[in-house]
Amino acid sequence: MLPSAPIPLRIGAAALLLGTILVSAGCVTINIYFPAAAAEKAADRIIEGVWQLPKGQGAQAPADGDTR
Amino acid sequence: MRRSAIHLALIGALLGSAGQGLAQGNLEIDTPAIAALRASMQQRHQQIVSHYESGTIGLTRDGLVAIRDASQVPLAQRSRLSALVAAENRDREALYREIARANGHPEWGGQVQATFAQRWIDKARRGWWVQQADKGWAQR
Repeated sequence: MLPSAPIPLRIGAAALLLGTILVSAGCVTINIYFPAAAAEKAADRIIEGVWQLPKGQGAQAPADGDTR
Repeated sequence: MRRSAIHLALIGALLGSAGQGLAQGNLEIDTPAIAALRASMQQRHQQIVSHYESGTIGLTRDGLVAIRDASQVPLAQRSRLSALVAAENRDREALYREIARANGHPEWGGQVQATFAQRWIDKARRGWWVQQADKGWAQR
């Protein structure tokens, strides 16, 4: 990597690479955990389709004033 | 000098985590199996929705549906009602399983189901019946 670059630059590039690799390696571990937020988003998309709800809203119609 | 190396390592870390965020942003739900289940459930909803409204069928805490009060359904139609509930629950269970499998983690099935359970209840229309923590029913 950059064999002719000045030494400080080479150290910098190595550090950048190291940081990227470390965090990418970390992702493999992190991904084992259940992605709760993504699951919620997926559930919303599917429920809105099955129940034919307007996108991004609950079924509680805003028009009739929530008094429950 | 050393400090700038640390800065670069941090920038690399940020780049790495940004990629991870993109990768984690969505669960895969666009598979043929999942699409078929969604279509099947969407079609069945036309038959179930009046039962949600009358309180005959309620949403359970575990992401399924159940007959809550069949008294308004004529005896002759009750087996049809049971079949409707059974078919819906078969699709729902398959859906949770398929989502976990499509994302490479079959063991996530239970958590997918728990997530859906909460969202079905959150999105239930006013007047529909949902199961409480104590297994009793409450009207939204």
